[in-house]
Amino acid sequence: MYHELRKRGISVRPPLTPHNVAVAVLLSFLLVLPVYATLAGNLFLATLFTRIIILALAATSLNLVLGYGGMVSFGHAVYLGMGGYAVGILAHEGITSGFVQWPLAVIVCALFALVVGALSLRTRGVYFIMITLAFAQLVYYFGVGLDRYGADDGLSIRQRSGFAGLVDLSNRTQFYYLCFTLLIAAIYLTRRLVNSRFGMVLQGSRSNDRRMRGIGFPTFRYRLTGFVISGAMCGLAGALLANHTGFISPATMHWTRSGDLIVMVVLGGMASSFGPLFGAVALLTLEEALPIAIRAIAAPLFGDVAVRMAEYWQIVLGPLFLLVVLFARGGIDGLLAGARRD
Amino acid sequence: MLLFIEQCLNGVQLGLLLFLLAAGLTLVFGIMDLVNLAHGSLYMLGAYFAATFVAWTESFIAGALLALGATLLVGMALEVVALRRLYGRDHLDHVLATFGLILFFNELVRMVWGPAGMSLSLPIWLIYPVEILPGLFYPTYRIAIIITALLVALFLYILVMRTRLGMLIRAGASNREMIGALGVNINLLYTLVFGLGAALAGLAGLMQAPILTVQIGMGENILILAFVVIIIGGIGSIRGAFIAAVLVGLIDTLGRAFLPDLLRLVLSSRGASTVAPAMSSMMIYLLMAIVLVLRPEGLFPVANK
Repeated sequence: MYHELRKRGISVRPPLTPHNVAVAVLLSFLLVLPVYATLAGNLFLATLFTRIIILALAATSLNLVLGYGGMVSFGHAVYLGMGGYAVGILAHEGITSGFVQWPLAVIVCALFALVVGALSLRTRGVYFIMITLAFAQLVYYFGVGLDRYGADDGLSIRQRSGFAGLVDLSNRTQFYYLCFTLLIAAIYLTRRLVNSRFGMVLQGSRSNDRRMRGIGFPTFRYRLTGFVISGAMCGLAGALLANHTGFISPATMHWTRSGDLIVMVVLGGMASSFGPLFGAVALLTLEEALPIAIRAIAAPLFGDVAVRMAEYWQIVLGPLFLLVVLFARGGIDGLLAGARRD
Repeated sequence: MLLFIEQCLNGVQLGLLLFLLAAGLTLVFGIMDLVNLAHGSLYMLGAYFAATFVAWTESFIAGALLALGATLLVGMALEVVALRRLYGRDHLDHVLATFGLILFFNELVRMVWGPAGMSLSLPIWLIYPVEILPGLFYPTYRIAIIITALLVALFLYILVMRTRLGMLIRAGASNREMIGALGVNINLLYTLVFGLGAALAGLAGLMQAPILTVQIGMGENILILAFVVIIIGGIGSIRGAFIAAVLVGLIDTLGRAFLPDLLRLVLSSRGASTVAPAMSSMMIYLLMAIVLVLRPEGLFPVANK
């Protein structure tokens, strides 16, 4: 309704739904975070949230295929790794200009996504899940065999990508805001994309591919295009991640990383613009907060044992995924939207 | 030549182990339509149970049998408590929920058995190699694995093709609603099938335990291989799983053994030793990609799904 009116040029204030309020609060929090982190000298918080934002960008790219396109890619971490390796390998060979590194990361990932997509989109359902996983494993083992670039142990990136003085990536705050801007741009792009004709076809193909083809859409092309855009976007996240950690190794492409990305998307809420961001924030802060929470809760009851219990926080996190699947299918976004959507 | 035969035997042995894992996976998949990533956790549990019970009973056979029973019970409990609620859901839900279960089981094992791995020593009568061909000595234990796995495969064949339970399993695979409507207690059937799959995974784990170290996360890489197997074989097909498992086992083992030498013919020896390990790990995934591109439903697709 709101969008309808906006399109006709009638000005309306955005509705003050819990969802919109939450988005606004989260975005303002992310916007002022570096200021607080710098003032308080809290390096940990700044590093954690840079990581969260980069992974949110990766999750946003996965959401395009998983949420809107209904294609369950179980190998999306491979694009993170390839983007990272593009930066790492070029830096290792002495090319540190970001103007070369980043476009290359994006192009390599787009091309790889084109090949993987062209082959795997012929399959459906669980076969698709598994073939995307297989391609990711292929690249993972390729990375393990890359002797010249550290093989299993990975590759240190001593110098961050240079942008001829435009932005200085070794400055934490500047790097944070660059990541944040790129994330917002990606969310905006995704939003525009899925509400365009292209996005409608993509979503139509998710609900009923046969019918879409029946009314004359060559859905394969649309799905493949979506897949390539997603891969390219994730490659950019990989380039950012490599710059953030100053390190790249095959572990970035491990299949459990792909699982983490899926968790972020589903936890946040599939097919929603800000869902992946919610998911990334929730998953990564949960990983940090769970041990602390367990210690706090268990300390009065069990005393010293509580410290040891906190080590086993994943025993809480695992079943939490199960509960999300069983009871909160729409993820955080769905919970915020409440009954409105149904 | 002897080396080649030995490597073939190793390949068959790996393949048969993969079959034990894949059989459970493909049964659960074919009948309940459930993608169970936590299958590898049951494999890991089988190995841990075996290491514990063997140390406890001081008998390899008794320990193995106890471990088998324990894995069966864990599997059935898992089905009743958690996985039952996932039937009829999206595959994505399965992936997510069972991914969570992997974290849970890894952490549980770390809590109970500690972060350090365990080892399981073999009884004396299984240690010494025997001469199976003139000049070719092969470890007795590996022969025992091959024989056990073949017997289990035969047992599965008889169970699925020749018994009433097997008939219900096959009926369930082709039309779930119908056999429910015909008055079969489908919940019980599902629990039994899941328990059977868990026990097979546990068996694979406990047989592998003396060869590798028993450690956390040991089930994850082999689980991916088992998935490759059932995808190549065609989901739901036990026959397909058997053939694909042996194929994958052979390709993986022979690739690791002979690819470096083959590559040395075309590349420099340094280049070959660099590329070979990565390439041999990649080969099975390449095989799977090729199979899926040529036959998107696997080699032995199950009819009327």
